[in-house]
Amino acid sequence: MRSTVVRHLALTLAAAAALLALTYGLAPFRDYQLATAAAYLCVTAGLTVLTGLSGQLSLGHGALMATGAYPVALAQNEFRDRDISGGWVLPLSLAIGVAAALVAGLVVGLAAARLRGPYLAGVTLAVAVIVPALTTAFDSVFNGDQGLSVYIEPPPLSLGATFPYERWQAWIALTGALLTMFLLANLVRSRYGRHFRAVRDDEVAARLAGIDVARTQVLAFVVSAACAGLGGGLLAVLAQSVSPGAFSLTLSLFLVMAVVIGGLGRLAGAVWGAVLLVLLPEASHSLTEALSLSPAAAQRLDGNLPLAIFGTTLVVVMLLAPGGVQGLLARAARRLHPRQDHREVGTP
Amino acid sequence: MDRFVFLTFDGLSRGAVYAAFALALVLIWRGARIVNFAQGAMAVATVYAAYSVTSATGSYWLGFGAALLFGLALGVVVERGVMRFVAHTSPLNAVIVALGLVLVIQAVLGMVYGNEYRPAEAPFSRTAFTVGGLAFLSRYDVFVFAAVVALMVGLALLFTRTAVGLRLRAAAFAPEVSRLLGVNVAGMRTLAWALASAVGALAAMLVVPTGLGLHPTSMELVFVTAFTAAVVGGLDSPLGAVAGGLAVGLLLSYVSGYAGAEMTPVAVLLLLLAVLLVRPSGLFSGVAARRV
Amino acid sequence: MKRTPRKRSAALHVPPGAPQKTIAGGLAVALVLAVAACGGDDNGGGASVPGVTDTEVVVGTHMPLTGPASAGYSKIAPATKAYFDLVNANGGVHGRKITYKIMDDGYNPANTQQVVRQLVLQDKVFAILNGLGTGTHTGVLDFLASNRVPDLFVASGSRSWDQPDKYPGTFGFNPDYTVEGKILATYIQKNFAGQKVCFLGQDDDFGRDSLLGVEKVLGPTGVAAKQKYVTSNANVGPQIGAFKAAGCQVVVLATVPPFTALSIGTAARLGFRPQWVVSNVGADYLTLSGLLGANKALLEGMLAVGYLPSQFDLDDPWTALFKRVNDQYNAAAPFDGNIVYGMAVGYLFVQALQAAGKDLTREGIIAAVEKGGFRGPGLAPLRYSGDDHSGYGGHRMTKVTGSTQDYFGPIYETDEADGPVKEYAEQPPAPPQNGIPAA
Repeated sequence: MRSTVVRHLALTLAAAAALLALTYGLAPFRDYQLATAAAYLCVTAGLTVLTGLSGQLSLGHGALMATGAYPVALAQNEFRDRDISGGWVLPLSLAIGVAAALVAGLVVGLAAARLRGPYLAGVTLAVAVIVPALTTAFDSVFNGDQGLSVYIEPPPLSLGATFPYERWQAWIALTGALLTMFLLANLVRSRYGRHFRAVRDDEVAARLAGIDVARTQVLAFVVSAACAGLGGGLLAVLAQSVSPGAFSLTLSLFLVMAVVIGGLGRLAGAVWGAVLLVLLPEASHSLTEALSLSPAAAQRLDGNLPLAIFGTTLVVVMLLAPGGVQGLLARAARRLHPRQDHREVGTP
Repeated sequence: MDRFVFLTFDGLSRGAVYAAFALALVLIWRGARIVNFAQGAMAVATVYAAYSVTSATGSYWLGFGAALLFGLALGVVVERGVMRFVAHTSPLNAVIVALGLVLVIQAVLGMVYGNEYRPAEAPFSRTAFTVGGLAFLSRYDVFVFAAVVALMVGLALLFTRTAVGLRLRAAAFAPEVSRLLGVNVAGMRTLAWALASAVGALAAMLVVPTGLGLHPTSMELVFVTAFTAAVVGGLDSPLGAVAGGLAVGLLLSYVSGYAGAEMTPVAVLLLLLAVLLVRPSGLFSGVAARRV
Repeated sequence: MKRTPRKRSAALHVPPGAPQKTIAGGLAVALVLAVAACGGDDNGGGASVPGVTDTEVVVGTHMPLTGPASAGYSKIAPATKAYFDLVNANGGVHGRKITYKIMDDGYNPANTQQVVRQLVLQDKVFAILNGLGTGTHTGVLDFLASNRVPDLFVASGSRSWDQPDKYPGTFGFNPDYTVEGKILATYIQKNFAGQKVCFLGQDDDFGRDSLLGVEKVLGPTGVAAKQKYVTSNANVGPQIGAFKAAGCQVVVLATVPPFTALSIGTAARLGFRPQWVVSNVGADYLTLSGLLGANKALLEGMLAVGYLPSQFDLDDPWTALFKRVNDQYNAAAPFDGNIVYGMAVGYLFVQALQAAGKDLTREGIIAAVEKGGFRGPGLAPLRYSGDDHSGYGGHRMTKVTGSTQDYFGPIYETDEADGPVKEYAEQPPAPPQNGIPAA
């Protein structure tokens, strides 16, 4: 186990170095997109562990992101109102957001632990719709549909006066993403990861083997909720605002779909999913522009075309390649490296 | 007291349409053992079909019939063309595919019909009968209730009293054994989808005139509320679906009236959590979950 | 419910072994690098003004082209673009053609963040023009201010756009909701004295600011019943029922068009027919009659306010001009208040461009707008100055009779504070012959 942790640490540091170099090479807008993808990665990684490894479908992760994002907004604004500043302020706010999401995950997880299949889907679906609507119920605090703006300190002066703000945002988000990936990779390879898979595959056998099924399910939920909270908090930092529309049911569904297309159950698949969430809308918009239609037709297509493309991709991928992008890559890799991993059971 | 009566009737008429849609969800659960997350989008597509037919012919009932027929056809197409090929290795796959279908259907409707709200006409007057200044139900509300009750009775009879219903249930619960006994499992599944889609079309035709208008996203919130109602009532039970729908409708109305429109989501969440913590399989479900 | 052992998904079997992860990681990085390569960067911008060349000026906007809020609003930006096409066909402004990039944000503030950043950082627009939505646009104010991008003529009546010290580059266009509330209340006070007045507003700045304006004139006890609605709950039965029970005779609506139609329809079903007094935001007759369909007769007698030429009055030279432009450059789309609005915005922007001079800079256009003095199709005066960025400052009453919605009475003007509501006597000027403001 220790060697696994060391290996993961080495991989993480190498990735950090590569990404740091990347942020210097990219234009500001691409840095912003990279930062957004990193924020989404926190969420997709947690979701793929929950749904893929632990077998619990969650259609409400957008709402869990909101439970992390709003406390970050409130904390940052509170610190600003009290004139408190410093490099430790933002990490503290993010930690508060993660803690809030953790509690929310605990509540939902406890309710969900007794549920299976469509009932679980139903509860998470209700959470996805209802939690953002709570912002209008308590709008003296959350300011309803309009949301709150989030105060973020500018980058430290030690970086220079012309340091692009987007690069700073990318650094913040990438730090969060790398931390999340590191922790999740270790969790997945640990005893708890094995418990997740055991409960997913055969609950009765797992119980007979001495695994506390309910506690395992709840743990998976709590961990993925904390990750979602971090992702939501980072998005609040990037967008410098929070609003219920940013964490709608549509986002919750897009997260599930991104995770599945990327490759369910694999952390690398979560990376593909996060990249997809950022690039697909822009790609569809460019496609629509390239078609150069009359204004009325373009108006009909713009907005609707990305949806159609996303939906069709989803259906096609699920029918042809249920393992997603990462599954395809893994299969290709295995063909290139014929030596088998003898721990595998049942190749696809 | 006046307000209470008003809110009660408002809640009942709202709840009836949720009940109608919850029935469609129960139907597909009993018939195919999946929850069709594309139910709402498919239903809205049938309402658009009805809209086109009614615009062309000027008759509401022709459009109504067209919606039901289109619903049947759409159910067959979706099942045979897409859902049949989903790998059943995990129940998640069908859910994801259904969600993808939702996006495609909404996008196509937006591209074909545009994103404006279209007026949806009701076949009967929606003006409430008033007795001594108090507003009760309208003709349209009575129509909705009648349709929902007829649907519930029809479904219950279908599943418990007819041979087809027995085959449908067998194909859903125990496909391998049923196949051995000569049941056309694949055909039964297609039939279940077609029926559920038609019922969804009926429910949508009842719901859409009561909202903001016809729009590709009209059924989204209704789907979520109806799904909550079905879960509260128990996915296996048509009676539960109706009871759940009415309960949710009443709850939304009372909370909206006494506490304010903003508090309604909190109330629904609390109801859901309460029911699921006490009776996880729903209030009216007959079969208890097996505990080890 | 019989619980069968959960089947394994074939996809989930492979443990995340090192070889696959490294390959995946490498491919992911490669993908990102590829995207970066075609991202194309000229962050060596030099001294040139973003979005401006000798022959072109590029501006962008965010609008709800899809989603529930797109009804009506999606027509505004194409109308502005059509007006720019007219101007471009006549040589542009100081030799520069105007390119208008319209981005869809679906009325979702999260999308607004993305598309505005794309416009500013990627497309390098000169300015943001007519960004629509209070909630959507509030989130990008800080970003635009810190990047010093002119943020002109925001399509909303919130007071947030009138903060010259905090957001020096941001300017409103629509009359503030408080201004509107005061004018509506003044009319009610004069013409419905002694009757019970009630208020239904959206649960955000729009509704709150409107109510504030109404209560400034009618007093804190002037409104007998106040109700709110949220756009996520399409049932206003409880609210309208409360009005009926309270015996309201005049109902002020600060609602968006779908909810105006919903309120009027719900009230009719309950047998409740008050005098409706509706905010300009939700009062366009064509949009409402489209929503109400066969019940559009319910709109008879509805009072509202407006500040731009009436789309029904073809004798008005401005209306005739805009209709001509609409027929020629906008594929003769259905001509309603949104088209008039879009073209009025376009006209004002062209005036600002001209005033900024041939040597066009971002500071220059901000100074030009602050100098003010623009006269155009608007009925009410524009209030731009060094310490007022709010936009139009008045309204005129409209009434629905038959199937038109016509202006009547004087034009009122006021401010968003406690200033009185006065009549404004100046008439709009005649439009230029070719439709393009004189230089």
